[in-house]
Amino acid sequence: MQSFLDIFDIYLLEAVINGILLGGVLALLALGLNLIFGVIDVTWICYAELVMIGMYGMYYLVQVFHLPYWAAAPLVILLVALLGAALHFFVIAPLLTAPPINQLLATGGVLFILQSFATVAFGIDFRNLGIRLPVLALGEMNFSYARLLSFAAALVGMVGVYLFLTRTFTGTAIRAIAQDRQIMPLMGVDPKRIYLVTSAIGGGLAGLAACLLVLQYDVHPFVGLSFGPITFLICVLGGLGNFIGGFIAAFVFAEIISLGGLFSDLEWGYVLAFAFFIVMMFIRPAGLLARRS
Amino acid sequence: MNRHAAGWIIALLALVALPFVHRDPYHLHVLVLILIWSFAYTSWSIMGRFGLVSLGHGGFMGIGAYVTALLWNHLGVSPWIGIPLSMATAGVLALIVAYPCFRFRITGHYFVLVTLALSGIVLQVITATRDYTGGSLGYTPQRAQSGKGLFALQFDDKTTWYLIALAVWVAGLVIWRAIDRSMIRHAMEAISEDEDAAAAAGVNVTAEKLKITLISALMTALSGALYCQYQMFISPDTVSGIAVSLQMVFAAIVGGVYVALGPTVGAVITIVLAEVLRISFGTKAVGWDNLVYGILLVLFIIFLPKGILGSVIDRIKSPRKPSRGHEQQTVPIARR
Repeated sequence: MQSFLDIFDIYLLEAVINGILLGGVLALLALGLNLIFGVIDVTWICYAELVMIGMYGMYYLVQVFHLPYWAAAPLVILLVALLGAALHFFVIAPLLTAPPINQLLATGGVLFILQSFATVAFGIDFRNLGIRLPVLALGEMNFSYARLLSFAAALVGMVGVYLFLTRTFTGTAIRAIAQDRQIMPLMGVDPKRIYLVTSAIGGGLAGLAACLLVLQYDVHPFVGLSFGPITFLICVLGGLGNFIGGFIAAFVFAEIISLGGLFSDLEWGYVLAFAFFIVMMFIRPAGLLARRS
Repeated sequence: MNRHAAGWIIALLALVALPFVHRDPYHLHVLVLILIWSFAYTSWSIMGRFGLVSLGHGGFMGIGAYVTALLWNHLGVSPWIGIPLSMATAGVLALIVAYPCFRFRITGHYFVLVTLALSGIVLQVITATRDYTGGSLGYTPQRAQSGKGLFALQFDDKTTWYLIALAVWVAGLVIWRAIDRSMIRHAMEAISEDEDAAAAAGVNVTAEKLKITLISALMTALSGALYCQYQMFISPDTVSGIAVSLQMVFAAIVGGVYVALGPTVGAVITIVLAEVLRISFGTKAVGWDNLVYGILLVLFIIFLPKGILGSVIDRIKSPRKPSRGHEQQTVPIARR
């Protein structure tokens, strides 16, 4: 009995730590989505599909054009950043004054477009980079370097965005426009340019997430559906547009999925996470960190 | 008015007579699919037209299909009982999720995302209980012995299915019309313009929203059950989940959410497009239909938010009645 408990605890600890590692990447995704929501006030339902395109970019650069991983990653981040700016320019900008639900549904259309574009262009086969990073054994626990690396890179990415938002003029303007949409044009800031920059940053974060996720998961046209919904739920749980709330919610969700997966199938981890989300919506409808009015 | 009614009756008689005149099984198959999906899209629009945009309807449809099939396969319950039970299950689930949503004023983005979680849950539960539901590989209701087709609601004859689907589709339109002429519609329009003002004017906001959600969820579950009985094969991807929810939204918007036949027009366009692409390009066409849908969806939302039929009707009526639909369209659905 004692030995059973020991093993159990090791697995539990491993699941907890893996949950934290997963949370890092989810937090990165949530940050990108929250940034766009906070500044432009739209929800990109197709956010995870941008990540999927980025993952295909990594696959092609590394596997087909034989670039080293470190050279391919910046290119992919740039590519998805451009894609984000294009999404804003062609789809969101014409709809800025439309009801929010229309903007959301239009990005739903983009989700269809990106998914089927990937199906048409790349086929439905599962592909991977063919890079197998070693596994770190700590006592009896195993952690893959891919996850550790992703966690570290996600943290670096988030710190980078934080510094950009607080230390540069453009970053300050982005935060200001999120606070007051009307006054900023009077202060000599061009909202159109700020929106484009924000969309590009949001896209860039999706690109970074793609570089990290492609180390752990195979890419296929529908891979976005496996972490897209969870990203929205994290953002809503944290309070849409609330960066810190999203950060915390990402780790809460990751732990639920990881621990749920430990005790049962991975699907039940997701079921638990979704159910937890619905319950939380009723307890704290405006997000985890919302102040009671 | 009488000429109007006569027109409807003649059109309906023509539709009923169609399978006896034109017996091509493939065409009938496409028509049955169009009718079933039209009914599903109509069900979505019944609440979607009032700004209650739900991405949870994939979940209701999945429940309708899977509960009916599971009851039949595991307990031998006839779909005649199974379908009402599956509808009741979907209705209860809709109430459980919708009541707190409406009670706590979860609207706009937040409502969309809560319902998104709902269809996510249904999809994951179906996949996770793969010992019973077959998981992502799909599920087939057992064939009934010959002679018990009526008991099992399984018919080999396409004409029978066509008539069933037609009846259900007409019932959907009748429900739409009944709502259109009832107090619910006025209440819901007031709510979608301004919840506080509607509440102040004596509208029970929560109850009205619940009513419309319940009707919509029950109808959607029925469409799922019908689809299952007709196709005799369901998989989580074809009847549940976020993709199906988005498909409903897409078709309804392309056809037009604010007119009774709009969702039907949407179903005709999407299904005919998919079939044409499939026949002319075969397996090479995989993905192309969704690519076209996606582009159309974006273009429609930007340029024709009232949908094809809605815009055409507006164009015809515009001299007398300038854009009633337009006012509804610009109602800001989410207020944060």
